[in-house]
Amino acid sequence: MVAPLLEIRDLQASAGERPVLRGLTLSVRAGEVHAIMGPNGSGKSTLAHVLAGREGTKVTGGTALYQGRDLLALAPEDRAREGVFLAFQYPVEIPGVSNVYFLKAALNAIRRHRGEPEMDAADFLVHVRERARLVQMSEALLQRPVNEGFSGGEKKRNEILQMAVLDPRLSILDETDSGLDIDALKVVADGINALRRPDRAMVLITHYQRLLSYVVPDRVHVLADGQLVRSGGKELALELEERGYGFLAGNGSGGAGPGVTGPEVTG
Amino acid sequence: MASPETIHALATKEYPYGFSSDIAEETAPRGLSEEIVRLISRKKGEPDWMTEWRLKAYRHWLTMEEPRWANVRYGPINYQDIIYYAAPKPKGSGPKSLDEVDPEVLKMFDKLGIPLHEREKLAGVAVDAVVDSVSVATTFKKKLSEMGIVFCSFSEAVREHGDLVRRYLGTVVPANDNFFAALNSAVFSDGSFCYVPKGVRCPMELSTYFRINAADTGQFERTLIITEEGASVSYLEGCTAPKRDKNQLHAAVVELIALDDAQIKYSTVQNWYPGDKEGRGGIYNFVTKRGACRGRNSRISWTQVETGSAITWKYPSCILQGENSVGEFYSVAVVNNRQQADTGTKMIHIGKNTKSTIISKGISAGRGQNTYRGLVRIQRGAEGARNYSQCDSLLIGETCGAHTFPYLDVQNPSGQVEHEASTSKIGEDQLFYLRQRGLSPEDAVNLIVNGFCKRVFKELPMEFAVEAQKLLAVSLEGSVG
Ligand SMILES: Nc1ncnc2c1ncn2[C@@H]1O[C@H](COP(=O)(O)OP(=O)(O)OP(=O)(O)O)[C@@H](O)[C@H]1O
Ligand SMILES: [Mg+2]
Repeated sequence: MVAPLLEIRDLQASAGERPVLRGLTLSVRAGEVHAIMGPNGSGKSTLAHVLAGREGTKVTGGTALYQGRDLLALAPEDRAREGVFLAFQYPVEIPGVSNVYFLKAALNAIRRHRGEPEMDAADFLVHVRERARLVQMSEALLQRPVNEGFSGGEKKRNEILQMAVLDPRLSILDETDSGLDIDALKVVADGINALRRPDRAMVLITHYQRLLSYVVPDRVHVLADGQLVRSGGKELALELEERGYGFLAGNGSGGAGPGVTGPEVTG
Repeated sequence: MASPETIHALATKEYPYGFSSDIAEETAPRGLSEEIVRLISRKKGEPDWMTEWRLKAYRHWLTMEEPRWANVRYGPINYQDIIYYAAPKPKGSGPKSLDEVDPEVLKMFDKLGIPLHEREKLAGVAVDAVVDSVSVATTFKKKLSEMGIVFCSFSEAVREHGDLVRRYLGTVVPANDNFFAALNSAVFSDGSFCYVPKGVRCPMELSTYFRINAADTGQFERTLIITEEGASVSYLEGCTAPKRDKNQLHAAVVELIALDDAQIKYSTVQNWYPGDKEGRGGIYNFVTKRGACRGRNSRISWTQVETGSAITWKYPSCILQGENSVGEFYSVAVVNNRQQADTGTKMIHIGKNTKSTIISKGISAGRGQNTYRGLVRIQRGAEGARNYSQCDSLLIGETCGAHTFPYLDVQNPSGQVEHEASTSKIGEDQLFYLRQRGLSPEDAVNLIVNGFCKRVFKELPMEFAVEAQKLLAVSLEGSVG
């Protein structure tokens, strides 16, 4: 059996001064889509940031292996070049820098790292157009400065477009479905589905079952208070939608449902 | 102005132009006196009126005080310890053609990425090369002269086009304008002269490349550009100097004159040696640049990318005299390590319906201090004058500074003045976002900075825009952990 693409063991981390992750264990295999749900402030974005290497987060215990290597030892850009992609919950504006220019620089940094030749402007344009088609996005976003003046929904779509262009192995999508209208949600979901591949894994952080009815996950996890407190199949998302996170309050009403394995509720 | 490969080669770590060349130089004794002024004038074979003009400037300079109002700090300058004239020794009586130029000089320019030999000449760019005090080569002269355009060294202009020089010299920046302009007027040694006659649009970029090579010398060049009715020209200047531990003074004067419907676009990529990390050495860049829009519908645009020099003190300005005339100032000024810049512009609206635009982008890193200082004056008769100013500062790190001093003086109630300013910091979140996509911290900073400067880079001729971006990258080297 092949080793998981991402193997997180007992991860403990703080954001700023605050301990947020308190022993999180998760393993993701190539080809899989995992969903992570959980209440506001439970540590979902912090997990994404720790995996991507954001300054201000600090790992205080545990391990995270990516392709069998210590992910946490790498600089953020090296993680990206090795194929880790984070779609930001709040994408950042870079005034005056066009999306294409930025993406070409990023892609070439990744290609150099892989020992591949850099793409020139013409080849890149062909590539980027092809990827934009794949995720059904107009090229209009490409010429605009990175996220500058983008609507909330456009910013989210732009993250998917970037993912399509950069061709990562492991994508962590932090609430890419939040703030999207119904049509845009469909576009984003179709984009994600188009990018599913046997050698690629995705972790979707979301609050809504709706996305998961388009992008059917292999596993669903609940993150609460810095740990994965429940894991299950796609039905878990439906159950959460119906019942909310009330079961976390400590009465154990959540129990292990049908098909649920993984950690027991710790409430 | 240079091919992508040379530009790439130049964009290496640290200050890449810091080499000095072993050129046979002829130098005047240290210090300044009437004798030295006469010596310079004699060396140049100048007519008496020119010598007198210099002496008058010199005598006036003696009565003046060095200005200290700028937001920059430096120790006293000993004007008697400077060499005011240094020239690469000509093989014959003076370089008449490139074949007579010292091969070491040609080699030096090759190293800088500026081939002067006609056979490797830069496509579409005519170059005047000035080393220390003298112009060593001007390319494309013949082709231009067929159109009536004069493009030559200042010394040659004084000798061959004395009437033109005499008519316009000092009419925009009078010899007694300020301390450094007066000093320049007394001892200027060379520079470029350009005259575009009525109705002629100069078909190629004109460019002057300044290089300080000799130690302990000052460089005082003088540029005069005249476009007659309906004429236009785009002119570029670039500059570098070797690394030296002592500060060197550069005090230039540039005068532009645009008559009716004429246009001048003046672009500068200033990359004098900035000194080392601790602030040792570097060029004091004290420059007076001013353009006069004398004619109706005339237009003068200044675009500057200031990355070098230990201290920069310059305010390229426009006197908008002609009705409907337009003045523009686009500036990027970068300070890193211990560099200090106090730069900006003056837009003096005199004529009716005159318009000006000021776009200033200041970038501070390390312990650099960056000041924007600008004046917009709308005089009583300037009915319907308008100005738009935008001054943005970008800070990299915690130890640098940005300061903005916009002065306004509106004497005509119909004048419209709009001013916007912003100060931002390169944020951790921006850096992280770019690094998460695979960019190194340096590339991430460069990308953010280039985006910040975009509005100004757009105004530069293409070749220069590329070079400017690379220069910025070199200047900001080491500004992020
Ligand atoms: N830099 C920081 N300093 C202090 N506390 C922080 C910092 N960053 C995050 N936190 C705190 O850590 C906790 C987890 O935040 P995180 O953003 O990971 O939550 P989340 O699960 O993504 O929430 P949401 O669903 O609202 O996006 C929150 O209580 C948050 O306030
Ligand atoms: Mg979050």
